[in-house]
Amino acid sequence: MIQFRSVCKRYGKKTILDTLNLDIKAGEFVILIGPSGCGKTTTLKTINRLIEPDSGEIYIDGKDITKMDPVKLRRTIGYVIQQIGLFPNMTVEQNIAIVPKLLNYKKEEIDDIVHRLLDLVNMPYEENAKKYPSELSGGQQQRIGVLRALAASPPIVLMDEPFGALDPVTRDSLQEEVKKIQRKLGKTIVFVTHDMDEAIRLADTIVFMNEGKVLQVASPEEMLQNPADPIIKSFLGKHMSNGVNAAGMVASDFMRKKVLTVPKTKKTLECIELMSRRDVSSLIVIEEDDTYLGTVSVDKIKAQGKAGKEIAELITVEAITVNRDSNAQEAFELLIASPTGYVIVLNDDNTVAGLITKTSMAKAMGEALWGEMTQ
Amino acid sequence: MTYSEFLAKYSTDIWRAFFTHIELVLVSVGIGVIIAVPAGIFLSRHKGTAKYILSIAGVIQTIPGLVLLGIMLILMGIGKPPAIAALSLYAILPILRNTYTGILEVDGHCIEAARGIGMSGGQILFQVELPLAMPAIIGGLRLSTVYIISWATLAGMIGAGGLGDLIWTGLSTYETKFIVAGAVPAAVLALVANAVIGFFQHILTPRGLKLGR
Repeated sequence: MIQFRSVCKRYGKKTILDTLNLDIKAGEFVILIGPSGCGKTTTLKTINRLIEPDSGEIYIDGKDITKMDPVKLRRTIGYVIQQIGLFPNMTVEQNIAIVPKLLNYKKEEIDDIVHRLLDLVNMPYEENAKKYPSELSGGQQQRIGVLRALAASPPIVLMDEPFGALDPVTRDSLQEEVKKIQRKLGKTIVFVTHDMDEAIRLADTIVFMNEGKVLQVASPEEMLQNPADPIIKSFLGKHMSNGVNAAGMVASDFMRKKVLTVPKTKKTLECIELMSRRDVSSLIVIEEDDTYLGTVSVDKIKAQGKAGKEIAELITVEAITVNRDSNAQEAFELLIASPTGYVIVLNDDNTVAGLITKTSMAKAMGEALWGEMTQ
Repeated sequence: MTYSEFLAKYSTDIWRAFFTHIELVLVSVGIGVIIAVPAGIFLSRHKGTAKYILSIAGVIQTIPGLVLLGIMLILMGIGKPPAIAALSLYAILPILRNTYTGILEVDGHCIEAARGIGMSGGQILFQVELPLAMPAIIGGLRLSTVYIISWATLAGMIGAGGLGDLIWTGLSTYETKFIVAGAVPAAVLALVANAVIGFFQHILTPRGLKLGR
């Protein structure tokens, strides 16, 4: 239905769209998402020619839109913006009727459309048609904004973060209404957002963009399972949980990489000093070739160690170890069972990779749930 | 001579001066509107040019009335035409500036929405921009009219007639009654015009805008 072929757009030196190729199928709810400045809004506005690309072609139903009259083109495409942009000098009814009027619909037909559309969003005609936008709440205004876009039954509706400025409750109900309307009327909706919640909730297809390029086109389910890029993964954030991806995680995903290791030739008092300064109760001891040997605890040194002696004979091997590629769940179970409260993660060559503690586990889970954490 | 005797004797002259005055004002302001509104619309589409044009118009505004009338007298001789030319120039600026800023102050998102749903440039101008800028435009008209009513009294000096004639006669003959006969109607006219145009400003402000305030 809508095809982008090598579409480029540049503002000065900044590339906004970089040879963009994209196919949007008829009747689909397509969401363009990505970080700010990724080109999603620009992409949307090239469809109704509010922005003209520098090169490349865009086809709607096989017709090159650059060869069409932009004003006529726009009358066949609905348009909804975040700031709503209702005409404050016109009533609700006049706002909805504007495109049908531009298209010279008959008066009875327009009346019928206005009645029907207001019914669709549960805003009775008698109560609302003669009101002015300033008399409506933000949510009601955006409902009218959506109806204005639908009035002349355009097959395509473009929405540019339409619910971004609404409170969460209003946003939820409007999302639901729009989804319902889209299914009922079989519209092709191209919808820009930066809110992954919204995308997963509404989209048939999510188009993830970054730096003017499409990184992935997939259904929400598919994107959650196989994000094609780390940026997408971090954008998906909390939605990556619930077993789907935790299943793929391994011990090394949960570990703390900075661990305190000492060679077995270290002296007892130095170790005690080190432990008290770092506020830990044991140290990991390694061979000269960096392979794992065991641990040494502050209690053991105090009980049996002599000042000036090496710690070699005080090493115990009671700490639980796990290979870095072990299943995360296995590592988690070992941690729970561990008498020392930690699990040591080893590389294949038996050197120390890191340490899983309850803190590192909690942090990793937090990241899996809510995305990158600062602390 | 008492005021009643004065009025009885000169009422025809006073009425004639009064109507000439109104004529001067209407014609000048009318010309001002015809030039300033389209020019304001043009400037709102050419903001680069607007800076220069508005400062030139501002300079004209600062030329003292007598000087401008004098210049017109030299260029066009005596009578109504030079007076109307000078007064029209004065009438332009407030209307021009208000039309220009009125259109620029229309919410950009409304314009974007209008373009996005397929309104042509003309439709956006007449259905969105001008209705929304109307209160500002009428405000400029109101300002111009009140100014011109007072400045038109100067036009009597170059033989254009109007209430100024009576005032000048009074000044040159030390006859207060002539001054009063010119000044009072001019003041009343200014007050009435202000009220009437204010009323139209209210009527022509789109209802949806009034509710929002």
